[in-house]
Amino acid sequence: MLREIRPAIILLLLLTAITGLAYPLAMTAIAGVIFPKQAQGSLIEKDGKVIGSALIGQEFQDDKYFHGRLSATSAPDPGDSTKTVSAPYNAANSGGSNLGPTSKALADRLKEDVDKLKAENANASVPIDLVTTSASGLDPDISPEAALFQVPRVAKARKMPEERVRQLVTEHTQGRMAGLLGEIRVNVLALNLALDAAAAK
Amino acid sequence: MTVIGWIQIFLYCAIVVALVKPLGWYMTRVFNGESTFLSPVLRPVEAGLYRIGGVDAKREQHWLTYTVAMLLFHVGGFLVIYGLMRLQALLPFNPQDQSAVAPDLSFNTAISFITNTNWQNYGGESTLSYLVQMLGLTHQNFLSAATGIALAVALIRGFSRSSMRTIGNFWVDVTRCTLYVLLPICMVYTLFLVWQGMPQTLGAYVDATTLEGAKQTIAVGPVASQVAIKMLGTNGGGFFNANAAHPFENPTALSNFVQMLSIFVIGAAMTNVFGRMVGDQRQGWAILGVMGVLFLAGVAITYWAEANGTSTLNALGLTGGNMEGKEVRFGIVASSLFAVVTTAASCGAVNAMHDSFTALGGMIPLINMQLGEIIVGGVGAGLYGMLLFVVLAIFVAGLMVGRTPEYVGKKIEAREVKMAMLAILVLPLMYLGWTAVAVVFPPAVASMANAGPHGFTEVLYAFTSATGNNGSAFGGLTGNTLFYNLTLASSMFVGRFFMIVPAMAIAGSLAAKKSIPPSAGTLPTTGGLFVGLVVGVILIIGGLTFFPALALGPIVEHLADNANNLF
Repeated sequence: MLREIRPAIILLLLLTAITGLAYPLAMTAIAGVIFPKQAQGSLIEKDGKVIGSALIGQEFQDDKYFHGRLSATSAPDPGDSTKTVSAPYNAANSGGSNLGPTSKALADRLKEDVDKLKAENANASVPIDLVTTSASGLDPDISPEAALFQVPRVAKARKMPEERVRQLVTEHTQGRMAGLLGEIRVNVLALNLALDAAAAK
Repeated sequence: MTVIGWIQIFLYCAIVVALVKPLGWYMTRVFNGESTFLSPVLRPVEAGLYRIGGVDAKREQHWLTYTVAMLLFHVGGFLVIYGLMRLQALLPFNPQDQSAVAPDLSFNTAISFITNTNWQNYGGESTLSYLVQMLGLTHQNFLSAATGIALAVALIRGFSRSSMRTIGNFWVDVTRCTLYVLLPICMVYTLFLVWQGMPQTLGAYVDATTLEGAKQTIAVGPVASQVAIKMLGTNGGGFFNANAAHPFENPTALSNFVQMLSIFVIGAAMTNVFGRMVGDQRQGWAILGVMGVLFLAGVAITYWAEANGTSTLNALGLTGGNMEGKEVRFGIVASSLFAVVTTAASCGAVNAMHDSFTALGGMIPLINMQLGEIIVGGVGAGLYGMLLFVVLAIFVAGLMVGRTPEYVGKKIEAREVKMAMLAILVLPLMYLGWTAVAVVFPPAVASMANAGPHGFTEVLYAFTSATGNNGSAFGGLTGNTLFYNLTLASSMFVGRFFMIVPAMAIAGSLAAKKSIPPSAGTLPTTGGLFVGLVVGVILIIGGLTFFPALALGPIVEHLADNANNLF
């Protein structure tokens, strides 16, 4: 049995170096050459400044923008590091609400948000993805129903014809992969960028 | 539930089944020491490792030596991770200046990774440096997976050999598994994941100014290389806190689909390795059949429950299923399927928050783990767990007809059955025992995020996941406390090693027995009768063990939900 001690130490160190250093570093180098944009985080720049990542949702509250999912992410309380404060779309601390199906807090929150959205647009039924928190708190997408629901508000705030805004939503609706995998969705940041571009014209 | 949803589920199953034979063939060659298409490149590396490490590749080990070698290897792995976490502030590759991790959290995480659990009491992007993610976690993702596979192969040798004292060489099995199976697949897989949008960089987090003018710090890192082995090795520990729900850790529907495939592929192929090594591939397919029956039942229930939503959602007129804690790009079907896959295997990665699943939708992942993660299961661990149940089922069948039970040519006798029972019974002892302690210990109760039966389920889920070496969580529970760090670590340790040691004892005892040819009185172990028998034994043993606990948690919560009771 004693002769197993040498391989336990040496093989562990060698395999650790291979799988824990050589492999990730080599992959970083290769990926950086073949897919430089993705490897850096699919960042979007505007006028030389990073405005976000194509894959990471960001918070929108202004009426003139489409709003994304609710986000339950938090950040350390600046006043007391043992506590946390709500910080939606904190891309340095992902996470969900973790509220269960019989949670009163969840039921109250849902009711409040449904009422708010009904007041905003009484003509359509409230899409579920607009009143639920995403798993990561960073969901970049909403369903096409959730985007179309917001069209009247956005069009009014921007004084654009609803038809034009609806057309932008349609243009930014992504189908299922190969018509099969995943769900039909709209990337909120891409849509809002297109909206800004259309308004600037 | 939709037609396109079910098509996705069946497409998934079809691809897994299609991969079983080719991968099983390749892995059998690897573990038999035969040459493969990678040998010209890897043989010299392999030989070099043995030379420096002082390993004689030709010298095989007794089961006890094999097990001791495995345990020594893990002591080393524990020290590496613990040391790196405690010292990360002083080490390179730490652009965010993460400070040293607390001793209890480091202890928990080190145990978590050497046991292939990857329970996340740490929040990846807010706690760990890139060096710890790579050298600490990525390396152990490889080695704990390779260990699981090696142990399963050793147990298979117990069945396939006749009158032999040895069951293989641990060092050779682990090295060959890492070099020939895990690393090559991961290299291709990493590039695929980066192509789909996963970051792979050593640069610091990016500060962005959003369209509305707010500052958003975006965590990045060497994500793809870690996620590849995290899924393939059924480890499941996320680079980010939100795990595979994070858009960087699972950017597209395609990356999600392939991640689910990679969770199952090695575990499913191990049944074929078993069949090939015992000389009858149908034996492997029968075991996969048992797994398939239990898997599809779980998928159907979870998908149905999530698509139906809850009373609260329905009362507000919100349709389309329970989207709380789910991502739009995955929706109901891919989130439900992922949850069942990750708990059937002992992966534990999540692409949706299980804590927010409906009562019954969240119960299936819990049951999957309580059955011992034998539905495909962890790489290797799933097969040896399943074989323990097979031993038991064969024993029960033997009792019914009054014959000495045999399986693939080996007589199953008192020693094997005792060891199998020991391994199977120690799991509920840990998760039921610690849950009972936690729910009467006020500081542990304070960690619950939800009130009522859901809070109980959070605790039960935590200890089940830890004992089963799964690592998924009802994430609302605040696990990073002294109590949970220590008790969960003990669950992970016992759940892993108290299963492995009896399994290896069985391997040694079987290898020493003579192989006997099947006779007219032998129960055929390749047909529907055998599949039904094993499924029955699993459900009866499992059901009797944990049904009372489920009744206090998800079942009563489901009734409360139907009655519109909130907590």
